[in-house]
Amino acid sequence: MSELGVEDRARFEQLVLPHVDAAFNLARWLLRGRTDAEDVAQEALLRACRFFRGFHGGDARAWLLQIVRNTCYTWLEKNRPMELSMEFDEELHLQTCATPETLAIASDDRKRLILALETLPPRFREVLVLRELEGCSYKEIAAITSIPIGTVMSSLSRARRQLYSALTNSGHKEAAREV
Amino acid sequence: MRCDFADSLLQGYFDGELSGRRASEFERHLRHCVHCATELVDLDLLRDRLQLAQLYEPATASLRRKINTPLHAIAPTTAASQPLLWHWLAAAAALLFVAIVLGRVGPRLHIDDYQAELAGEIVDAYVRSLQPGHMNSIASNDERVVKGWFDAKLKFAIPVRDFANDGFALQGGRLDVVEGRSVAVLVYARPGHLINVFTWPTRERDTSPRVGSRQGYQWIDWRKGKIEFCAVSDAPTPDLQQLQRLFME
Repeated sequence: MSELGVEDRARFEQLVLPHVDAAFNLARWLLRGRTDAEDVAQEALLRACRFFRGFHGGDARAWLLQIVRNTCYTWLEKNRPMELSMEFDEELHLQTCATPETLAIASDDRKRLILALETLPPRFREVLVLRELEGCSYKEIAAITSIPIGTVMSSLSRARRQLYSALTNSGHKEAAREV
Repeated sequence: MRCDFADSLLQGYFDGELSGRRASEFERHLRHCVHCATELVDLDLLRDRLQLAQLYEPATASLRRKINTPLHAIAPTTAASQPLLWHWLAAAAALLFVAIVLGRVGPRLHIDDYQAELAGEIVDAYVRSLQPGHMNSIASNDERVVKGWFDAKLKFAIPVRDFANDGFALQGGRLDVVEGRSVAVLVYARPGHLINVFTWPTRERDTSPRVGSRQGYQWIDWRKGKIEFCAVSDAPTPDLQQLQRLFME
C-alpha cells in the first residue's frame, strides 16, 4: 500500500513514460520557456508516479497531461499570477505584446508563430497546443482541461481567430469580418 | 457579418469531429456561405503554417536524463558488440531508474503523509478555482438544481445540502480533477470566505476528521459512507469543523 508494487512500476513505465514528450511540450507552451517547463514537467511526472494508483486504466496520455496542466497552473499561480489574469485584457494584451512591429521584427515565420502563440491567454493557448501540436480529439482536450466539449470548440474558435489576426499584421481583416 | 455556424459547426467540421449527418448538413450550408468557405481556407492555411513551423518541442535531453536516462543512455553500438552485457546493463539501468524515480516518493506514502499530500493537491485545486476562467461549474443555491447538475455529469452520487440557516450558504458546484480523477466540489459562502468541499467515492472505511493547513489555507478531511470529503478554505479551522459536523448530521 505504501509504495507502488513491482507490477505498478512496470505499468507506469509502460503506460506513462512514453508521454514524456507530450508532458514537456504542454508545459513548455503553458509556461513559455524550456527551463521552467523542465522543472514543472519533472514535478508533474513525480506527481503522476505518486498518484498512479488513482489511475484506473483509460487514456494514459490524457491522464498525465491533466496532471501536467494542473501543475503548470499551480506554478503560474505561485510565480507569475499576472499571466493568469491576462484573459481579461485580451485585446489590450494583443496590442501591447504582438504588435505588427514586433512581429515584423521577428525574422522568420517560425519566430512569428511562436511569438503570436505565446501572446494568447493560457486557456486559448492550451487548447491550440493540444489540438494542433499534440493532435488531441475534442474529447481528450475536454478531459485534460476539465472544460465541456462545447467550450473546447468555442475556445478553439476564438484562439484560432486571435492567432490569425495577430499574424495578419493587424485586426483589419478580423474587424472587417465582424461588421 | 460572421456566420452563426462559424463558431460551432465550422470548427468541428474542420477538425473532423462532426458526425456524418452533421458534416453533410454543414457541407450543404457551405455551398452558399462565402464566410464559412473563406474561414475554412484561412483555418487550413493557419494549420499548414503551424505544421510547417514544427513547433512541437520534445522533452529536453536534460529532462530525459533526470527521468529516464538509464533507459536510453547506453549507445546501441554496445548492444551490437556485446549483446549479453547490453541486456544486463539495460535491465540494471531500468531498475536503477525505477529506484530513482520511485524511491524519491515511495517512503513518503505512509497513510498520514498521503492524506497531507492529497490535501495539498486539494488546496492547489482550491487556489486554482479562485482564478478566472473556471468554466465547468454551476451557480445556484438550490440543492435540487445543483444535485441534478452533478447527477448528469458524474458516475457517483454525492449529497448536496444547503446550510444557509447555519451560516454556510450553498453557492453552487463545479467539477475538478484531483490526483487524476474527477471530483465534485460544493461551494459554500461564509462572510468574507469561500469554502470548497471536495467529494469523491472511496472504498476505504469511515474516518474521523483530520485537520491541517497549507499555504495559509485550512483543510479538513473525513470519510463517511464510502464518500471522502475534504473541505478547504481561508476561513478559520473552527468554521470548517462546524461545517463538517453539519455534513455528519
